[in-house]
Amino acid sequence: MDIDMDTGMVPMPQVPMGTARTGATILCCNCGAPIDGTASAGALCYDCIKSTVDISQGIPREGTLQVCRDCDRWLMPPTSWVTAALESRELLSLCLKRLRNLGKVRIIDARFVWTEPHSRRIKVKITVQDSVADGVLMQQSFEVVYVVTNQQCRECAKSYTANVWRAAVQVRQKVTHKRTFLLLEQLILKHQAHRDTINIKEEKDGIDFYFAHRNQAEAFIHFLKSVVPVHTKESRHLISADTHTGNKSYKFNYSAEIVPVCRDDLVALPLKLAKSLGNISPLVLCWRIGTSVNLLDPNTLQTAELSSDAYWRAPFHPLAGTPEMVEFIVMDIEPTGQRKGKWVLGEATVTRASDLGVNDNTYFARTHLGSLLRPGDSAMGYMLTGTNFNSDSLDAIENSRAYGSTIPDVVLVKKHYANRRKNKRRNWKLKRMAKDEGDLLPKPVDQARLDAEYEQFLRDVEEDEDLRQALALYKNTKKKKPDVDAMSIAETEMTVEEDDGPKVNMDELLDDFDELEIADKEEEEEEV
Amino acid sequence: MAVRASFENSNEVGVFATLTNSFALVAVGASENFYSVFEAELQDVIPICRTTIGGTRIIGRLTAGNRKGLLVPTSTTDQELQHLRNSLPDEIKIQRIEERLSALGNVIVTNDHTALVHPDLERETEEIIADVLGVEVFRQTVADHVLVGSYMALSNSGGLVHPKTSIQDQDELSSLLQIPLVAGSVNRGSNVIGGGMVVNDWMAVTGLDTTAPELSVIESVFRLGEGAAPGAIKTDMKDTIVESFY
Repeated sequence: MDIDMDTGMVPMPQVPMGTARTGATILCCNCGAPIDGTASAGALCYDCIKSTVDISQGIPREGTLQVCRDCDRWLMPPTSWVTAALESRELLSLCLKRLRNLGKVRIIDARFVWTEPHSRRIKVKITVQDSVADGVLMQQSFEVVYVVTNQQCRECAKSYTANVWRAAVQVRQKVTHKRTFLLLEQLILKHQAHRDTINIKEEKDGIDFYFAHRNQAEAFIHFLKSVVPVHTKESRHLISADTHTGNKSYKFNYSAEIVPVCRDDLVALPLKLAKSLGNISPLVLCWRIGTSVNLLDPNTLQTAELSSDAYWRAPFHPLAGTPEMVEFIVMDIEPTGQRKGKWVLGEATVTRASDLGVNDNTYFARTHLGSLLRPGDSAMGYMLTGTNFNSDSLDAIENSRAYGSTIPDVVLVKKHYANRRKNKRRNWKLKRMAKDEGDLLPKPVDQARLDAEYEQFLRDVEEDEDLRQALALYKNTKKKKPDVDAMSIAETEMTVEEDDGPKVNMDELLDDFDELEIADKEEEEEEV
Repeated sequence: MAVRASFENSNEVGVFATLTNSFALVAVGASENFYSVFEAELQDVIPICRTTIGGTRIIGRLTAGNRKGLLVPTSTTDQELQHLRNSLPDEIKIQRIEERLSALGNVIVTNDHTALVHPDLERETEEIIADVLGVEVFRQTVADHVLVGSYMALSNSGGLVHPKTSIQDQDELSSLLQIPLVAGSVNRGSNVIGGGMVVNDWMAVTGLDTTAPELSVIESVFRLGEGAAPGAIKTDMKDTIVESFY
């Protein structure tokens, strides 16, 4: 029996208190003590009610709470799991819900009695009220002890069990670098598209996303289709079939192959395709990857859009990618006056940066970067002269009468900030997605390459405002070391600023969630 | 003499029996023990009649009576009425009452001199009560309850009323009845006094759950101490009476 610490009777307000104070009128039917019959409960005295009536009868004094050790959530029967801190309001409501027969009485008060967290016991003191006879209420408090037991929640159990996925999306891009995936990762993070995944696994040439339900995978495919040019294929694997009911269960695999053409790639279009794309010159640059591949002819500023479907009808490989780019120095540049959007067509004379001081070879190039480049600037581009591409498309272009003579020596792609400091601190950062790298842990050599790719991606983000707007950039608030001579550094920065490359404006950045929490805590402390 | 009894596991003795100074009515039922309680105390003293009223067993709530008469509701069949007339002595007047409030035991409480009745009882009924039972009739309530028969029990020597009756109400009732009244309970705190017990001038029958304090209150207010019962005459004084008879 629990200790009933304070049991009390509370007369209901409608009992007229004036007449109740006339003294004893009856004898208690149990002990014979003289009591005032007009105010008592039935014919029982205060002490007899206390000893004979138990309004908390039927309410269990012990209970069990299930907590998932991995995610610290509490089981709300039958199946849901809720997050609740110890001694929190949520946990109290959970505790009260676990008690049977509590609905028959009125709960006046419930609070936690402090227990050592390691004891795995939770004590709740509950005060209840109920009417024992017409006109008389009784109030009683008691303690309920809950034993906290461990039970793995379904989500955690799933995360520890292999092969519980129902649908997998295999995203692949058959290229040597990971630039598209770095972008895709940021897009996924921004749109929370990975929320339903059970597991994310890095594979050769891509990433596998695992889902518990087919519709989640379908939703993810829809997301992919809305951000990258992708070609999907569904296949299913029969797990079990019930011949009596016709019920079957499948595992679904979605293959999503991203077009292997990346931003800044040089593309030699098949002649037929080029003709169908508004008769664009077949040697073009890919300047953007959206839901389709956006192509640009740097000689005429003509643009074309190659949809994913059109690409997969006649797939081709890009002629050259970012790793093949070389640095050029602009000797002279003259805008022609033709412009389209942010691009201005210019006629540039460039020399290879590696040729400087070696020979006097200069090349002529028409470029869409007429507004960006100044004489003396350096730019990245593709060297076509003296390069063997081993591409059927390029051969076809060379052999064609219309385009054979139009192949330029050099195609400039973007401005290069040669003096950009290595490992410079950025005032912004991106989030990364947690991935299971599986067996494909990169070798140290590869790791260096991956880091370089990531750095390049960050630079791209810095240089391209459109790209930045599609991503979620966060403030990098790791405190800088207090510099004694900050002024001098600021001055030096001023001097090199022009070559240091573009910077991201602080206004564009988002506050990181972790920092918000810290800020909240600080505020609370101040309030206290 | 106050005794405890139960009718088929029910404590509500006053529902299944009517007791006056000149007769007792007991419900017909499987409860032979219940009848035996009455028989043990009242045999050869007053007639005990086993009957139904309108085919039901709740005769205590449907009838009201005292030494001089018995009132039965309209639901009483002719056969039952005839049976009662045959079983009870001729000097006891039996009257069937045309009254909307047909549970006469609930709306009338009476001793041999005074009756308290439900305030809504018809004028004719009030007159019949006065004629048949030979009593003064007062329209009254007990502790704000109109069912005076249910919430109090009366004999010629005292009365027990609902436990929530205030002192002022008790004084008022007691001055009407000219007997001492006390508030109390029967059957372990039940406030339905009239339903829970029957009483006459020398005996009371209460439910089996009645506690000792309750029983002592009942015995003291109805003056049911040892020696007061007619049974005592039969046993203790019989020899002297018989001796003087010869």
